[in-house]
Amino acid sequence: MKRGDGASGGGGGAGGQQKGAGKLPRKRFYRARAHSNPLSDSHFPVPISPDEVDLSQHYPRYFPSDEGEGRQGDAAASRIRFADVGCGFGGLLVGLSTLFPDTLMIGMELRDKVTEYVKERILALRASNPGQYDNISVVRTNSMKYIPNYFRKAQLSKMFFLFPDPHFKEKNHRRRVISMQLLDEYAYVMEVGGIIYTITDVEELGEWMRSCLEKHPLFEAIPEEEIKADPVVKLLSTATEEGQKVARNGGQTFQAIFRRIPLQEE
Amino acid sequence: MEDATVEEAEVSGGAEFAPALVAAHPLGYSVAVAVGPELRVFNLKAGSAVPLSDDSGGCSHSDAIRAISFSANGVLFASAGDDKLVKVWKTDSWCCIRTITSEKRVSAVAISNDGLYVTFADKFGVVWLVSMGETGGGQEPTDNKPVSILGHYCSIITSMKFSPDGRFIATADRDFKIRITLFPKKPLRGANEIQSFCLGHTDFVSCIAFTCLSEGPSYLLSGGGDSTVRLWDYINGCLLDTCQVRDKVGEILEPNETEDRNLAVADICATNDGSLVAVAIQSLNGVLLLACDLIAKKLSFLKVIAMEKCYIPTSLSSSFSADLLWTIMGASNMPNQATSQLFTRLKVIPHFKNDLLASADHVPSVLEDSEVPHGEKLLLALQGSLDIAKQEEVLASVLAALKVSMHKMLVKKQYSEERREQRKRGRNDKKIKK
Repeated sequence: MKRGDGASGGGGGAGGQQKGAGKLPRKRFYRARAHSNPLSDSHFPVPISPDEVDLSQHYPRYFPSDEGEGRQGDAAASRIRFADVGCGFGGLLVGLSTLFPDTLMIGMELRDKVTEYVKERILALRASNPGQYDNISVVRTNSMKYIPNYFRKAQLSKMFFLFPDPHFKEKNHRRRVISMQLLDEYAYVMEVGGIIYTITDVEELGEWMRSCLEKHPLFEAIPEEEIKADPVVKLLSTATEEGQKVARNGGQTFQAIFRRIPLQEE
Repeated sequence: MEDATVEEAEVSGGAEFAPALVAAHPLGYSVAVAVGPELRVFNLKAGSAVPLSDDSGGCSHSDAIRAISFSANGVLFASAGDDKLVKVWKTDSWCCIRTITSEKRVSAVAISNDGLYVTFADKFGVVWLVSMGETGGGQEPTDNKPVSILGHYCSIITSMKFSPDGRFIATADRDFKIRITLFPKKPLRGANEIQSFCLGHTDFVSCIAFTCLSEGPSYLLSGGGDSTVRLWDYINGCLLDTCQVRDKVGEILEPNETEDRNLAVADICATNDGSLVAVAIQSLNGVLLLACDLIAKKLSFLKVIAMEKCYIPTSLSSSFSADLLWTIMGASNMPNQATSQLFTRLKVIPHFKNDLLASADHVPSVLEDSEVPHGEKLLLALQGSLDIAKQEEVLASVLAALKVSMHKMLVKKQYSEERREQRKRGRNDKKIKK
């Protein structure tokens, strides 16, 4: 059940037209539905465990595949440290890539056409900027179900949840990507001191995400001045397509930025 | 072929079958059997069937019981299932002391080692916890309603166990995950710290069991739809060894029998010294024995205890003190059955411990009905009938029902590519452009 790159289904064909040109893919070839049901059983390959994530496919410059298997099991080898959950069209990844040029990061996206777009976008960026953008990649997966299949305990230092689906109906609240139960899993893959970034333009969802994080014993709020000094925070609303759309329309955004802390049992 | 059977069953009334369950008291005082909504208990010390009583003011089970469990010290017993009731029993009097109503059907139940909490998992994959103590133990004041403490994201939990030291709670699901969660001192606030995930099964995980050397570290065993039994260092989430049972069973069953047969592991049970593991496998008439070497951390095939042709056990249990391995076969709502009586078939394997069974030349035996402790009296109480063994067609229909029930319980529905396309076409939220 290894991750195969030939993601079946649409998108692939459109991407093929532009391959090799080093040109950025055009979004109109990758139109996708805005929402995807995270509860449905998925039909894409999932790695059985983090050991099976093939890093050479994602970061060929860091993991040349001809060096064989030995390198993969090497604990000292650099690992993915940032995860952008629901990365959409990949704006944040592209922004972060140059800000943290030595950090491996991955975007996770459920919609296959969008994932194809991000793949093409990264390949085009690598082709036109040699030596850059080798540290970002994308995978099509359902991160609400398979986070522990991709990351080991305490592997990640940053997780991003930017403009997630609001799922307004109470019946559908369990489809929200931030919930008390899912925060357990995010806390598991994050190192102590790691930071979780959430932002939305939906006030109700903003409150929900903040209250989940406040209630969760493994996260604590980060003081305002520290947030202001964090260069990543600016990217939350400026780097992504959703963020730009909100800014264009003069909308308000709601952030919740929390730190992973160890469990305190009195 | 499987699919056809299942779909047929859905069409013909859609009755749900639940496999029968057996649980032995940890100290060997009693043995409990659940079949359909019926809970049958036999007191092994007194040698008599136990009448159940209810002080909780709740209803009795009205639908199939899906999970039963004794507490580690044997003082409490819990039963739960499709009627969304979780009932907690005191095992000295077999009186029900609490009836808890779940919002959803219940798939697994466990009692914490200190006997203070009962946990149960529902069809959304959420684990709920209720305190059995008078107060919340200094935690937030509660109205003693269940609180959700953890969840598997939309995957049904098939098995839930506490570690022998009581520090961890292990949950296995229908995807392929086993989650090990720290069981906190104040669990009413939730169990948020995940110790590890045991990942390696390539299909559903049907059963888990802890095993340990006396006074030594404990390990986790698991069995699943990929026909493997696996041994885990659950603290670190490391897979120590994998035993492929498919090959072994393939040698025993006739070649044409294995082809379309499901060889998923149905249940596992370890001896109290951790040296042997009994494995029940769908389609196998008997019990597979594995040698479990916790020092070398190896699992190896030992032998098969063959049983009569149409006896395929689905649930196993043994107690810490006595060396009997209880096995059961049975199903609720059996088709083509005239009487309303629910039958099960019980078989007992003696000397379930290392020294005898492990030797290569020892051919393990299954107790004859007359050799079972308390003989006919026990069988009448737990099986519902004495001569069930002679009723070939009853056993055959149980077998057919079991096949469907295990499949429905453990395997996710798989739709063919065409069927998925068809469903998409019929979707009403899609704009049709022409």
